[in-house]
Amino acid sequence: MGWWILGGALLVALAFGGYRRLTDGRSRAVAGDSKPRLDAVRLGDVLGTEATFVQFSSAVCAPCRATHRLLTEVTRADPAVAHIDIDAEARLDLVDEFGIMRTPTVLLLDAGGVVRHRIVGAPRRADVVEALRQVTHSAAA
Amino acid sequence: MTDASSLTTSSRNAGFAQVDPRAPRFGAGITAVLLAAIIVLGPTSPVGLALLVVQTLAFAAGSLIGLQAQPWGIVYRTFVRPRLGPPAELEDARPPRFAQTVGLVFALAGLAGFVFSLPVLFFIAVAFALVAALLNAIFDFCLGCEVYLLGKRLFGARAARAAS
Repeated sequence: MGWWILGGALLVALAFGGYRRLTDGRSRAVAGDSKPRLDAVRLGDVLGTEATFVQFSSAVCAPCRATHRLLTEVTRADPAVAHIDIDAEARLDLVDEFGIMRTPTVLLLDAGGVVRHRIVGAPRRADVVEALRQVTHSAAA
Repeated sequence: MTDASSLTTSSRNAGFAQVDPRAPRFGAGITAVLLAAIIVLGPTSPVGLALLVVQTLAFAAGSLIGLQAQPWGIVYRTFVRPRLGPPAELEDARPPRFAQTVGLVFALAGLAGFVFSLPVLFFIAVAFALVAALLNAIFDFCLGCEVYLLGKRLFGARAARAAS
């Protein structure tokens, strides 16, 4: 009995961990016509003129710090792109509205504050750069 | 409000306890081995009960006192870290401490299953703790990232309903 449960637990851990390793931190474009949006008033901070990364973090989240560093680095070069780090616990209204299930979750807003991309888990740099390129590129077009 | 919500995580973390990130991961490895043995020994083995008590106390020390009191962390600092050298960077101690608290809850549920002869409760609780420990040891999984916000949402929703 015990051996079967041990084997099952091992399988579950490997399957779930492997799945996460493949999918975590990937950028997904937000689809549909009624894309949600966010403005400076609700965020309590100024949006970037071209794009804004809105990061949801929490105190018990180790990858949130690495995420903060990565996004700071990516946005530093371009003053038109902002990075806002939100304590999810303090903004449960936004957490509910945007269906944030875990931290870190990053929303990428375009110039109009429309949510264009969503990254759940510690973001991968290539995905962040590509998503940002898409958003700023379409804004210029 | 602007100031509170726009404070960065890193500035909020300033002044909190720091930990060598390899220590909790090493501890999760020991925890996983113990929990695996406890499951194989089963809900009637006195040896299994003794191991479960030891692991519960380890979780309790890490959760209630702090990671500096977590026995597997002490083993790491005493025997492993001197061979590895200093870590590349330190990490906020709150995420792994939160994981210890979650582990404590499951270990206590497992103990209750043992004491009250509820094998299903025993197996489910210990197996959940084992999966979390394996994920932590193998994949550096962050339990706080997954369940903390969900708990807050549930709790916040309940508090809001009670207030209205």
